[in-house]
Amino acid sequence: MLARRSDLQLEGDAAGRFLPWVIAVMVFLAALALAGGLGLGKALAGWDQSLKGSLTAQIVDAGGTPAPEKVQAALVLLSGTPGVEMARALDRHAVEALLEPWLGQANLTPDLPIPTLIEVRLEPGASLSTAALARRLEAAVPGARLDDDRTWLAPLIHLTEALRALAAGIVVLVGLATIAMVIFATRAGLAVHREVIAVLHLIGAHDGYIARQFQSHTLWLALKGGLPGLAAAALVLLALRGLGGGMQAALLPPVTLGTGAIAALVLVPLVAALLAVLTARFTVLGTLRQMP
Amino acid sequence: MEVESSGLVRFENVGMRYGRGPEVLRDVNFHLEAGSFHFLTGASGAGKSSLLKLLYLAHRPSRGIVTLFGQDLTAAGRAALPGLRRRIGVVFQDFRLIAHLSAFDNVALPLRILGLREEAVQAQVAELLAWVGLGDHLAARPATLSGGEQQRVAIARAVIGRPQLLLADEPTGNVDPDLAQRLMHLFLELNRLGTTIVIATHDEHLVAGTGRPVLRLAGGELRLLPLPHEAR
Repeated sequence: MLARRSDLQLEGDAAGRFLPWVIAVMVFLAALALAGGLGLGKALAGWDQSLKGSLTAQIVDAGGTPAPEKVQAALVLLSGTPGVEMARALDRHAVEALLEPWLGQANLTPDLPIPTLIEVRLEPGASLSTAALARRLEAAVPGARLDDDRTWLAPLIHLTEALRALAAGIVVLVGLATIAMVIFATRAGLAVHREVIAVLHLIGAHDGYIARQFQSHTLWLALKGGLPGLAAAALVLLALRGLGGGMQAALLPPVTLGTGAIAALVLVPLVAALLAVLTARFTVLGTLRQMP
Repeated sequence: MEVESSGLVRFENVGMRYGRGPEVLRDVNFHLEAGSFHFLTGASGAGKSSLLKLLYLAHRPSRGIVTLFGQDLTAAGRAALPGLRRRIGVVFQDFRLIAHLSAFDNVALPLRILGLREEAVQAQVAELLAWVGLGDHLAARPATLSGGEQQRVAIARAVIGRPQLLLADEPTGNVDPDLAQRLMHLFLELNRLGTTIVIATHDEHLVAGTGRPVLRLAGGELRLLPLPHEAR
């Protein structure tokens, strides 16, 4: 794929000067979009895993902390329901830890009326009607309410899936734009070096010999642009990670990148280079095929 | 000249036109035996360069049959052309040296295209450039060489691959009579070693001095002139 020397002096081409910049921008955008898509995909799987089959019951008492009898009655009812694997009441400290990001430490006074929360975990594959269970719970324990976490999470999951599709679309568009730019630059190079290419042909050069010189040059330009593009994207992702770290995971599990996603990001400039090289090759061969 | 045997080159009723223009070559019939030496003459615009273009495969005939090295070009696909071109050396009238390459790299091109090892390339190119008197100009770019020196680089590039057929378009057009004579000796020596040679030229002295057969083009038609001793 690589030629050791160039008979065409492609290094001096005007098109070659802008191609690294274009590829740097393309790799930067593709890496960010890919990081977004892969990060959201991982988060989505985490949310789905942690919230699938989990319900939350809360018991509110206007006078303050609900009576233990109410909590016990709710636990008995929930635990005895077919399809429920486990029901457990969170102690006041655990509930305060959940509220602290919203209310602040200073406002969590001992006299603050705090509902009792019961974490309910369903058996895998349980076909439980949460609406019917909610009605039974409310009838048996006054002030009790059952929340299906999936209800409020559904729009978020849909939004996340849409964002992932958008990220994938951006990666595809960036790839197509890269192909278009390489085709343009390669055709410009073929036009500029038409005379020399004709001489090479007349002394017996195969089209592949000429294509290899364009491939080698394009590979160099693609790496020259792609690696800085990836570095810039990595800096932006690190900065975003720093900004996102302050939000903590109070609401949802954090959006992070796994080892596989990081490996995929490292591959972005290499894939861009491969795409550019193949595009250059097929553009040269396609164009030369029309020559005598 | 009628076709009597297959030969190295064979033209049968060949016509050629550029685009939709008039025919610049009409009903051309000739054949060249391996190891022959011919001059190609004719007035400007008679079609010498067009005939050479057909011979070095820069153009296809618009009609007729061209057979080169026993292969019918009308049936040959584009993929077959590089292999045929490697058996042909061409000295272009305007040299067509690659400006950004040194004299050495220009001459080395045919060998590198053939995929020869660099050590072999170095040795052969240096030897040939020394033979044509340019041993101390290996790194010179064409623009820094005189017309005669460029001519010799072009000739060296044409012969480095030891072609079976050598075509030269006005190879002595840019050089003084003394150098022209030396170049003719070079062509005759190559011919003696078995290379088939066609030289297109206006130079009547050059033609008369060698006693070699002459193909004359006039009005797009080709005929073989009798040798001086045959004419007497």
